[in-house]
Amino acid sequence: MYSFELRQPTSIGGAVRALADGGQILGGGQTLIPTLKMRLADPGVLVSLGRVDSLLGICTDDSGRLCIGGATTHAAVAEGGGAYPALARLAGRIGDPAVRNRGTIGGSLANNDPAACYPAAVLASDAVVATNARDIAADDFFTGLFETALDDGEIITEVKFPVPASAAYAKFLQRASRFALVGVFVARFASGVRVAVTGASESGVYRWSEAETALSAEFSPSAVDSLSVAPGGMIDDLHGSPEYRAQLVRVMTSRAVAAC
Amino acid sequence: MIEISMEVNGREVTDQVEGRTLLVHFLRDQLGLTGTHVGCDTSQCGACVVHVDGRAVKACAVFAAEADGRQVTTIEGMAGDDGSLGVIQQAFQDHHGLQCGFCTPGMVMSAADLLRQNSNPDEDEIREYLEGNLCRCTGYHNIVKSIRAAAAAMG
Ligand SMILES: Cc1cc2nc3c(=O)[nH]c(=O)nc-3n(C[C@H](O)[C@H](O)[C@H](O)COP(=O)(O)OP(=O)(O)OC[C@H]3O[C@@H](n4cnc5c(N)ncnc54)[C@H](O)[C@@H]3O)c2cc1C
Ligand code: FES
Ligand code: FES
Repeated sequence: MYSFELRQPTSIGGAVRALADGGQILGGGQTLIPTLKMRLADPGVLVSLGRVDSLLGICTDDSGRLCIGGATTHAAVAEGGGAYPALARLAGRIGDPAVRNRGTIGGSLANNDPAACYPAAVLASDAVVATNARDIAADDFFTGLFETALDDGEIITEVKFPVPASAAYAKFLQRASRFALVGVFVARFASGVRVAVTGASESGVYRWSEAETALSAEFSPSAVDSLSVAPGGMIDDLHGSPEYRAQLVRVMTSRAVAAC
Repeated sequence: MIEISMEVNGREVTDQVEGRTLLVHFLRDQLGLTGTHVGCDTSQCGACVVHVDGRAVKACAVFAAEADGRQVTTIEGMAGDDGSLGVIQQAFQDHHGLQCGFCTPGMVMSAADLLRQNSNPDEDEIREYLEGNLCRCTGYHNIVKSIRAAAAAMG
């Protein structure tokens, strides 16, 4: 690891000031620390959010949205996110217990790994990602592989999830990494169904609009049977070919609907 | 260098670390608590699991300074002051839950966190909870048996 200065502010304002002259945010470190070990990053200054109490915790706002502080761990969401059961279950199946005790929702979203779980929940739920500067709609947040709408040093302070009438996340586990080989989050609102797919596309999480139309018309596992998923642009690695992933997208969507 | 203080296995410690010093290196190299192992250093194996404020974490993926002011428990803290084995450690010995023993500190610390949350886990729950703890020797069967026995012994 290159040497750096570690700062541990206790307020959002303190974190913003600590980041003013560059430096990088440290969430749970479950992605960033391995990256630092490989010398793939040389931030100079790391600003930990671990002591900013106002970024920790879960509540329900006046419009019934489940609001999760940006530095809240996966374990805390699994335990305290009961108002949105599908989301709590998703959090409880990220990685392993020790990873869940450190990894945070803000870190997961900022990283936008193409096989991460939370991005699918945020996109399917039409959640709002709040930062120290603005509110960003889910549809505008994820901009590509490991890319988001965040500016340098912009802190995810809260994620606000509208709670659907029913929802489920179906994750086909990549056993070695414990990420999703393919994961599909289906959320059914009075206004329609949203379907978000992770682990499949080379450009990261995306909405499967054909499935949304089909499921909004008829909400049943077989509603997607006749849809075809093109393998073009799907991830190709030793765990699965583009064709395999394309097939999984349909199967996992069906399973998520069945579990709703 | 920064000065940090924390409670390790019930003992107050203070020392200087760099920002980049990992908790696992602080414990092993500065405090001499070499029971916590580094198996992979890539967050995969769980040999380095310790408790920070009572919760299992991978000490190879936490900075020592992040544990400043916290309570840390390592495998050394599971034994009695006279060196007698704790209940989970004893169960691992009785049920051959280890062979080479490299993964064992992490297994015991993860098991302790599981039993804190669930005093009577079934086999599936144990296997699922140990997802982040790899063992290259035992095939896991006797580890599961040891944890079931520890749960029974703890009542
Ligand atoms: C063994 C293992 C298994 C895993 N399995 C899964 C899995 O199944 N599914 C899954 O989704 N993930 C998985 N992960 C990833 C895990 O969820 C990470 O916790 C997560 O990706 C990063 O969160 P973090 O808080 O650790 O962030 P960090 O590693 O601290 O940071 C990651 C990035 O986000 C930035 N950042 C952190 N917090 C914020 C914030 N609040 N605002 C803005 N930027 C921020 C950092 O600067 C950095 O660029 C796994 C990780 C490991 C090690
Ligand atoms: S050494 Fe920490 S997980 Fe392997
Ligand atoms: S006993 Fe040898 S690795 Fe587990």
